[in-house]
Amino acid sequence: MPIISYREAIRAAMREEMKRDENVVIMGEEVAQFNGAYKVTEGLLKEFGPKRVIDTPISEAGFIGLGVGASMLGIRPVMELMFWSFSYVAFDQIVNNAGNIRYMSGGLINCPIVIRGPANGGTNVGATHSHTPEAMLAAHPGIKVVCPATPYDAKGLLKAAIRDNDPVYVMENTILYNDKGEVPDEDYIVPIGVADVKRVGTDLTIVAHGRAVITSLKAAEILEAEHGVSVEVVDLRSIRPLDEETILASVRKTHRALLVEENKPFCGVDAQVAYIIQSKAFDELDAPIGRVSSIDAPQIYSKPLEDVQIPSPARVVEAALKVLA
Amino acid sequence: MSNRHLTTAVAKPTALTHPESLKNPAGPSAFAKDPANAALTKADKVKLYTQMARIRHFEQRCIRTYQQGKIGGFLHLYVGQEAVAVGTLSVLGKNDHLITGYRDHGHALMVGMDMNSCMAELQGKATGCSKGKGGSMHYFAPDKNYWGGHGIVGGQAPLGTGIAYALKQKGLKGCCLVYMGDGAVNQGAVHEAYNLAALWDLPVIFIIENNGYSMGTSQERSTAHPGSLAKRAEGYGMDWDLVNGHDLYEVRAKTAIAVKRAHEKNRPTVLEIFTYRYFGHSMADPDKTYRDKEEIKGYREEKDPIKLWEKELLNEGVLTDALVASINEAAMEEANKAADFADASPYPTVESITQDIYWEEDNRGKDTTSRGTIIFE
Ligand SMILES: Cc1ncc(C[n+]2csc(CCOP(=O)(O)OP(=O)(O)O)c2C)c(N)n1
Ligand SMILES: [Mg+2]
Repeated sequence: MPIISYREAIRAAMREEMKRDENVVIMGEEVAQFNGAYKVTEGLLKEFGPKRVIDTPISEAGFIGLGVGASMLGIRPVMELMFWSFSYVAFDQIVNNAGNIRYMSGGLINCPIVIRGPANGGTNVGATHSHTPEAMLAAHPGIKVVCPATPYDAKGLLKAAIRDNDPVYVMENTILYNDKGEVPDEDYIVPIGVADVKRVGTDLTIVAHGRAVITSLKAAEILEAEHGVSVEVVDLRSIRPLDEETILASVRKTHRALLVEENKPFCGVDAQVAYIIQSKAFDELDAPIGRVSSIDAPQIYSKPLEDVQIPSPARVVEAALKVLA
Repeated sequence: MSNRHLTTAVAKPTALTHPESLKNPAGPSAFAKDPANAALTKADKVKLYTQMARIRHFEQRCIRTYQQGKIGGFLHLYVGQEAVAVGTLSVLGKNDHLITGYRDHGHALMVGMDMNSCMAELQGKATGCSKGKGGSMHYFAPDKNYWGGHGIVGGQAPLGTGIAYALKQKGLKGCCLVYMGDGAVNQGAVHEAYNLAALWDLPVIFIIENNGYSMGTSQERSTAHPGSLAKRAEGYGMDWDLVNGHDLYEVRAKTAIAVKRAHEKNRPTVLEIFTYRYFGHSMADPDKTYRDKEEIKGYREEKDPIKLWEKELLNEGVLTDALVASINEAAMEEANKAADFADASPYPTVESITQDIYWEEDNRGKDTTSRGTIIFE
């Protein structure tokens, strides 16, 4: 199987879907002539031309809203946000419009829009540029949110998102863009709402999403090598819809759960996951559910401190040992 | 060399005439004898030169520190735009304020923030102006009427309008300068701020630092602009003007008119100041594709605001070659010392991550109004 980067996987998903469906268009700041601020859309303008790959002004509320409107007429816009942090100036379009129109029209209208871009801290750019809004967005029924951690999932989830008839928000991660992995050439999708067991184990379940999956896998290796603990890592991949069954099946096997995410703790994704586990598998638990999230403060700029703020393998190991004690 | 400023016909501003000097940027300034400049002493003029030189040398030192791997994240340089911050801010009085975007180092040094704390902030050190919490895009110095340093394009426009409102509300005779780029004019928040400023007669001056590009997008590709970006002010009944940002005298003269309008009539103004950045959008931008080297060279060699000011003052007999050399040497020395200071400074402590979030948390024991858990684990 070809080995490609996370960035290339996302690009391949867009290319393939643009070839498959002429209604797919790409819009965003610097996506066309500049080939993308992070080079994710590199070459797409050349291949598909300016009618389908479009540079926008710095007007997120305007162009995202325009995409929502166009999607109501059957265009399938794939909108790039240079950072999901900039979605905040377009919040009304993203939440009120895209998220509510189907419901408010009694099912008459749907919005097959995809909004994608990086949503992560860890890059030393300060509080305004480091938001991880997946929990906040997934709090709104009507919206779907996915967070791929690997090149394979990035491609499969984005292809599924583009074919999906509802708004799907894809949260990428600039730190993962250069990560490589096996990605098939053949057409495939990763269905939205299916979690993936990234590592099989028997003593502890770690539930994670996005880059926290990679952090957890590193921690699992340390736990195995240094503490003789067998850890299972469940990658949510999709936040809403959420694959409750895969989480519960793993917890029923290991009887211990540690939840890891890069969000701040309050109302994070894992607050919901913890509720699901305790309400549906309470009797299976041999210990209270553990949790690792970012330290509860706006993102600090200083790099060494930001590395402490975000979950690290060391912090995950420490929390795992507590759950296992 | 393309001269983008002159490619489209520019409509006449309502209040003032189009700056003729834009067409002849290297000649002696037509604004030298303007009321705003007539009272400048020799020492004042030298000081303005010194301010620009300090900004230039500070940023050139930043490049080196960045290349040494000591500054990460984004670093947006102001090199080439110095006359905008120095010219506009030099006409302000004690009740006048400012707020800007992420290209904020020049304004910071001009209002008197010291190089040490600015450099330390870039390195994420505890001695930085925001204790290592803000970074390059987020400098603040409220004691100097400097309200940031804002990372979200256009986000500062309503804030600056609010500062102007507060000044008026408190009965202070002051104004707020709100800086933004040529790309920022397309943010909705900017237009909402324009309307509020005009509707409520607020003493605010919106300054569009038009350097021709928003990242890799030329102004022509980002903006519907019949004539100029500032002309949009007309739709809100605001005064506006175009300014040659390579001529310090002109920047001062036209800013002074807007400040007077704000002080005396509480009326807002939009100033579009033509300028140019020599480096990429940020240090992360390789700057290879969207403009040609000749264009950059042309600006550097023919329109550099510091060199033009130097020439102006040499002609006036205010500066001498020896003085120029010593000012630049001192500025370089100051920047190097700032880098040493930053190097020697400690990083913030882990405990500090959860400090400075809420006033209340940092002021326990004083009169506080809320209870309960506020920082979560
Ligand atoms: C809302 C928002 N969208 C996008 C960005 C990313 N971004 C930062 S600066 C910039 C270009 C701004 O150009 P301009 O306004 O001309 O200012 P300049 O950088 O030239 O000073 C962009 C797109 C951002 N910071 N905020
Ligand atoms: Mg610009």
